[in-house]
Amino acid sequence: MQADGGATIDFTFDGRRVTARPGQSVAMALWDVGVRALRESPRDAAPRGVFCAIGICQECVVVIDGVRRPACMTLVRPGLNVLPVRTRSMGPDH
Amino acid sequence: MIVIGAGPAGAAAAVAASECGLSVLVLDEARAAGGRVYRAPDSWLEPSGGARPAPTEGAKLRAALAGCGAELAFGHCVWHASRLLDGAGDSPRFEVSAIADQRSMRAHSLALIIASGTIERFYPRPGWTLPGVIGLGAASVMLKANGVLPGKRVVVVGPGPLALWTAKLILDAGGSVAAVCDPNPRRAWTRLLPALARHAGPLARGGAWLAQLALAGVPIFYGWDVRAVQGARQVERVILGRVDGEWRPLRGSEEKMIEADALCIGYGLAPATDLYQLLGAALRYEPIRGGWAPVLDRAQRCTTAGLYAAGDSAGVLGAAAAPGTGRIAALSAARDLGRLDDASYRHRIGIAQRALAGVASFGSAMARLAEPRCAAAAWVPDSTIVCRCEDVLAGELRGAIAAGAQEINALKAATRCGMGPCCGRVCGEAAGALLECAGFARERIGQLTARAPLRPVPLSALTGNFDYSDIPFPRAADT
Repeated sequence: MQADGGATIDFTFDGRRVTARPGQSVAMALWDVGVRALRESPRDAAPRGVFCAIGICQECVVVIDGVRRPACMTLVRPGLNVLPVRTRSMGPDH
Repeated sequence: MIVIGAGPAGAAAAVAASECGLSVLVLDEARAAGGRVYRAPDSWLEPSGGARPAPTEGAKLRAALAGCGAELAFGHCVWHASRLLDGAGDSPRFEVSAIADQRSMRAHSLALIIASGTIERFYPRPGWTLPGVIGLGAASVMLKANGVLPGKRVVVVGPGPLALWTAKLILDAGGSVAAVCDPNPRRAWTRLLPALARHAGPLARGGAWLAQLALAGVPIFYGWDVRAVQGARQVERVILGRVDGEWRPLRGSEEKMIEADALCIGYGLAPATDLYQLLGAALRYEPIRGGWAPVLDRAQRCTTAGLYAAGDSAGVLGAAAAPGTGRIAALSAARDLGRLDDASYRHRIGIAQRALAGVASFGSAMARLAEPRCAAAAWVPDSTIVCRCEDVLAGELRGAIAAGAQEINALKAATRCGMGPCCGRVCGEAAGALLECAGFARERIGQLTARAPLRPVPLSALTGNFDYSDIPFPRAADT
């Protein structure tokens, strides 16, 4: 939709630089630039992304500055280091 | 008093309770009042204005709430609520725990109004875990609050008005809708027309949505549903097929393949019952109220003393009825706390109940279109993921049912379905539907047990900041 031409905020997702608008959630900022897959599912390591967008389903959980948080409930801040959750990093029985 | 939820029901409850002289605390996990239906737009969208639906309703609600004197705590996600055992006289009866900005807080009250709204009902479909498949509620949040389109070419699926409204929002935002699909036959809608005739306003709005979709050339398929979603790493195609009146696929019938990069899907709304469960309130399965809903008297009182239900969490009736149930819940609480005498209580509650009856009939007519139907879940192939958190397949659930699971918590213990971080809010309905289709009654199947924390809470939020020296160690005994 329409931007107000105001300030922007930069953060990184999986090492890639993403530009967002102040007040956006991490999930919406990533969706806006076409990023759909945010993590791998625990058993099949299949790609998953935003599903409920209101903090219920936990499908959009990512690692933000070292802490797992739902991307849809976390506001963007300058310099956030956001990483996808990978199944292989979770160990055999997470 | 504590009110959980600042949507149209919670806001009306807070305003009415404040008017009765009660001291009110409102908790809501969103950053502003409005609930899902009147959700406030992100700050960066504010200056741009534009075609947001019902901005005046949301703005009015936020102004009334801000001016009523209640203490407002936004960004507070409630993760626990409990009854205090010694709740005699003026000592508090309830304790509510919420997390805000990664810190946990607790609040106490004599009365508690739950206005926590709904959760969306989902039935699993092959491929529905592909990124790009989102709920109808998610789509409305994206479009209304965030100004983000679900995709470039979107398929919208669901029974009742929510799917049509989502498609309309996509068109308003400049997006393209490849198809709208309602599993109900067209006659399910026309059957409702007599009941809707006296609701000219909503009826006209619905007509305007249909006209807008027709003008944009969006096809609407009645009696169709999703057979499968396909794509490599995200949605690329949606396969649609015909269904019968119970939303069961008609085998051997025609299918359509539609190229799309997003699918918005949902099969109706169910009351969010976890807080009622935690507080020991009785619940009953009533499809017309959206499934499991709290047992209430005529004035929104739950079976737990001091606990009241408002809005769609009390039984799905829609946004128009929500302020009415909120007001009634607040009046009942004020009466029970001795802040309203009998005569003025009876007078005010009579007015509120008559007003509610006028709008509730529209809500229940709409709810009829989206009643839960177990056949809509029962047909999915064994290889379909039902529980998204734990990757549990339909075939594994069927195996556990064949091996003797008759209740939803037995099914959970056997398969891990519902054991993940969503606590079964996404898969619980489908798991229950598989049991129902295996021949068990919903009363027997039951609900997934609600347990704190209702949402994932970081351990650090509970422990707070302390040093090693803060830990009390008993002095070693002198020997």
